[in-house]
Amino acid sequence: MRSLWNNVRQIGRYPSAIVGLTVILLVVAFGIYTVVTLPYREAIQLWRGGEEIWGESPKMARPVWYNLFSRDKLPTTIVLDSREGEAIKSREPFGDEGDDITLVYTFDYAYDDFPEELTVFFEATYEEKSPYASLMWRTPDGREIRLGQVTLRPTETYRLALDDRLARRLRDVPPQIALFADPEIEEPTPVKGTYELEIRVTTFEPNVDVEAKWVAYGQVHGLAGTDHRRRDLMVALQWGTPIALAFGLLAALGTTVTTMLVAAVGVWFGGWVDGIIQRITEINMVLPLLPILIMVGTFYSRSIWTMLGAVIALSIFGGGIKTFRAIFIQVREAPYIEAARAYGASNGRIIVRYLIPRIIPVMIPSLVSGVPVYVFLEASLTLLGLGDPVLPTWGKVIEDARAQGALHNGQYYWVLQPAALLMLVGLSFAMVGFSLDRVFNPRLRGL
Amino acid sequence: MMAQDSLLRLRDLKLYFRTTKGTVQAVDGVRFSLGHNEAVVVIGESGCGKSSLAKAVLRLLPRNVETYEGEVFLNGTDVMQLDEEAFRKQVRWVKMSLVPQAAMNALNPVLRVGDQVAEPMMVHYDVGKEEALAQAQRMFEHVGVPLDFMQRYAFELSGGMRQRVAIAMSLVTAPALIILDEPTSALDVLTQANIMNMLKRIKDEMETSFILITHDIATSSELADKVAVMYAGQIVEVSDAFQFFTEPLHPYSQKLMASVPRLRADVEPEFITGQPPSLLGLKPGCRFAPRCPMRHDRCDQDPPVYEVDGREVRCWLYEGAGTRVAAEEVARA
Amino acid sequence: MDVVASSSSPVAADATRETMLSIKGLRVWFELRRWGFGHAGSVRAVDGVSFDLGYGEAIAVVGESGCGKSTLMKSILGLHLPTEGQIVFEGTNVAELGSRQMQWYRSHVGYVQQDPFGALPPFMMVSRILEEPLVINGVRDKVERQERIVQALEEVKLTPVDDFLNKFPHMLSGGQQQRIVIARAMILQPRLIVADEPVSMLDASIRVEILKLMRALQEAHDLAVIYITHDLSTVRYFSERIFVMYAGQIVEKARVDDLLANPSHPYTLALLAATSDPDPENALTFKDVPPGEPPSLVHPPAGCRFHPRCSHAIAGLCDAEEPPEFEISPHHTAACWLFK
Repeated sequence: MRSLWNNVRQIGRYPSAIVGLTVILLVVAFGIYTVVTLPYREAIQLWRGGEEIWGESPKMARPVWYNLFSRDKLPTTIVLDSREGEAIKSREPFGDEGDDITLVYTFDYAYDDFPEELTVFFEATYEEKSPYASLMWRTPDGREIRLGQVTLRPTETYRLALDDRLARRLRDVPPQIALFADPEIEEPTPVKGTYELEIRVTTFEPNVDVEAKWVAYGQVHGLAGTDHRRRDLMVALQWGTPIALAFGLLAALGTTVTTMLVAAVGVWFGGWVDGIIQRITEINMVLPLLPILIMVGTFYSRSIWTMLGAVIALSIFGGGIKTFRAIFIQVREAPYIEAARAYGASNGRIIVRYLIPRIIPVMIPSLVSGVPVYVFLEASLTLLGLGDPVLPTWGKVIEDARAQGALHNGQYYWVLQPAALLMLVGLSFAMVGFSLDRVFNPRLRGL
Repeated sequence: MMAQDSLLRLRDLKLYFRTTKGTVQAVDGVRFSLGHNEAVVVIGESGCGKSSLAKAVLRLLPRNVETYEGEVFLNGTDVMQLDEEAFRKQVRWVKMSLVPQAAMNALNPVLRVGDQVAEPMMVHYDVGKEEALAQAQRMFEHVGVPLDFMQRYAFELSGGMRQRVAIAMSLVTAPALIILDEPTSALDVLTQANIMNMLKRIKDEMETSFILITHDIATSSELADKVAVMYAGQIVEVSDAFQFFTEPLHPYSQKLMASVPRLRADVEPEFITGQPPSLLGLKPGCRFAPRCPMRHDRCDQDPPVYEVDGREVRCWLYEGAGTRVAAEEVARA
Repeated sequence: MDVVASSSSPVAADATRETMLSIKGLRVWFELRRWGFGHAGSVRAVDGVSFDLGYGEAIAVVGESGCGKSTLMKSILGLHLPTEGQIVFEGTNVAELGSRQMQWYRSHVGYVQQDPFGALPPFMMVSRILEEPLVINGVRDKVERQERIVQALEEVKLTPVDDFLNKFPHMLSGGQQQRIVIARAMILQPRLIVADEPVSMLDASIRVEILKLMRALQEAHDLAVIYITHDLSTVRYFSERIFVMYAGQIVEKARVDDLLANPSHPYTLALLAATSDPDPENALTFKDVPPGEPPSLVHPPAGCRFHPRCSHAIAGLCDAEEPPEFEISPHHTAACWLFK
């Protein structure tokens, strides 16, 4: 084992291996960090979540760092919640029984583009009579625009875009643009400055309280942007990491080790044992992997464990057997194997202690280079609709993006981010794998 | 003896390789000469640099060469001065050729053997295929392979046959000198004897000179006019064959001769203790000293080459007996 | 131990020793398969070999490649099953042993191979290499195993032992590797050692050292040794009897001195003529060796297998009938019609 480790260390001579290793370590560290800070259950809940979790996220927003590269500063999401004290709340008695509650939201707007959506979330506590809210908008350049009126239920969501009367008043210009645009300029340009939203709520009962949350959904949100279900893509990108690595590693390990054992047994016993293994291999190599996986996924289960199992089972009797077999046949003829037979070693002992250690140096590069293959396979399966329905993986993100026509709509980040991660993993493992290959296969060393 | 040595003269030939573990001084100042129609046997054990010597003479250098210098006089001209193109056209396979170690395993498996033997003719002399094949035919006759074998592929021939084909390939351009690196090591005794017979015949018929590199001392006596003994990258003795086999001079030569088991004499062979030094990181001083029974204080310095009765020995023991040969031979301090 | 009557073989073991191993009419044929099911003939690697070996006796089997000596040796080691004939070791026919008893037999025969580096597993340390045979053959006590390993290394003069225990084969020189192979062959305290060209891959100056070591071990432990080689010149120092093999059969058996004084079979004469001593006169003469190659073992020539290359062949006899062994002098036989 020591000599094996010494050999492995030799990849340090290759710069590409060092780069690859560094990247792998970073990715693994990222994966571990994710698993620790964002436990599995929580992640699944987040990923499955709807309004209640993602209500404050915009749909299909770009990542926040996009603003670093763009001339136009795109708006981030502005959330002002009266419960957090982010609105100036005042109360005046109104009439006999109710009050007039005024919530004033003030915020600065300095972006070069418009928010995506404007929504107010109301929460009202009352007994019988619904309070009545009326909204007023004030722009920095002194215009005042009446937004609309809403009758409040215990929870009420007022989406400005869905208000017909507002739409007519704004002459069909979408509110998120109309409320910010400079009327003087032809090309829609937002006015920069301090805006004010005043919500006046009239109550008809004593002891009524109303809270409201004003959300101006940005065009950029989060470190990785959001998807069509307002989910922060970071969740999927983060959790995709350990899932991809685990799948890749388990599949590569399971396949390679099993293939090696099968090849060893076949070569050592020869005869009909070898014959059967070869025939199974040949038939299996002809069988199409993807259609079979599709069938398994459709008729049985799409869980990632099932897929992993099916992939390993179908990959064992693949081309790897032929490669290992070729090497084992060579090793089998080695004098030391003959000597072992001469001093009475049993078949099992020879296979495990004499043949297999010889092949481990060859197995290692193949194992490392195999990891990205399975990582990509998992992503491809998801893209074909065979992904695990529950798990947030990189493949799932790409699949959602494709289904939502992301590339048509210019939402490149949605596809590029997971793709970049996939490529990173693939490249880094490949570089390390190539270097290991060069170390363990002396004939390639000159290259 | 020196006057006749007009075909090949090696002076201070050096070939060092760069490896991950350091510099390998494979050929470290080799010097000997060879005349027309003369056979020199270079005797040495594994690791002494003899295969590298063959490559050095023919300039078949690998990629990790660090030093390659010295003088190689072929018929009086220093071919080291020629550039690669000129060397390839004028010297390699034209004046000198090589039968490398395990040549019989290095035959091209997809060409018929007749074509392979013909190829050097077409490459170096620009002749048509017909003429080349005719010449190849003549070579097959010389080496004793039946002509109908020319149509066969390498794998159809036995080891002995393949070695003869390899020798034919080295002969086809009628070079003045052929270097053979362990030509019979992998062959059976009878086949070995047949091949040595063949080489003797070729030497008579075609008046070729040979450099035969081998570790097999008994076989070397079959062809040798002159013997050069190589140890740790240097030539430690050059002698006329008769004198060498009856009375070797250098202590290493003596021990080598004593270690050969003899069939016809009742002498128990002796062995040499220790091992030859690695060619990496050689220290100053006589390289055989650690194993030499006649080691003394002077051996801590590199011994020069002395000429004794027309023979050359690199050993301090002959300081009084002979005259010192050219000062540049004294190696690094 | 009974002395096995060896009436079928004219050359008994040396009269002063009891017979340990008796080979009778051994044939080892390998089938050539065609397309997995057909039968295209057999390679008759060993085709009728009989001899006896006494305890503590050293014999040499000499022949060129393809003569069957390796197959003969592997059959004695239990690695090939005989097609016909018997290998009787201490009264038991090896060919009939079950796998348990086979292991018992194998622990009594040590194997020294030709390629010292190839014979050692490159990924095992020396201590482990030597431990394997002990573990496999049931030596359970770790302390005892350690002791035996140290003893084995001392016997082959690899001292100080501690320097070698933790080394891997590639860290050792050819000579040292071969000593490990010998130590391994001896560690089970066998009665017989089979050595297949043990020094042909070593340097000239080391060969003698290893052969002398083996000779010393043989004498110290009263081991029987079968020494297989193609180099006649080493035989006289390291064995008492010599068998010359050609095309799967033994063509001459003799004590070494007798063979060198009075070589009889034409093939033996050819081998002797082909083996050189370092003698400058050699360059002046051509060797008297027969041309041609050893015959195919699938379709050997009719009658005496050497007849196509033999300059003394008697037409009508040598090409028709296989010669039996004729006694030339006590303990010296040759299978050649010339000695009828």
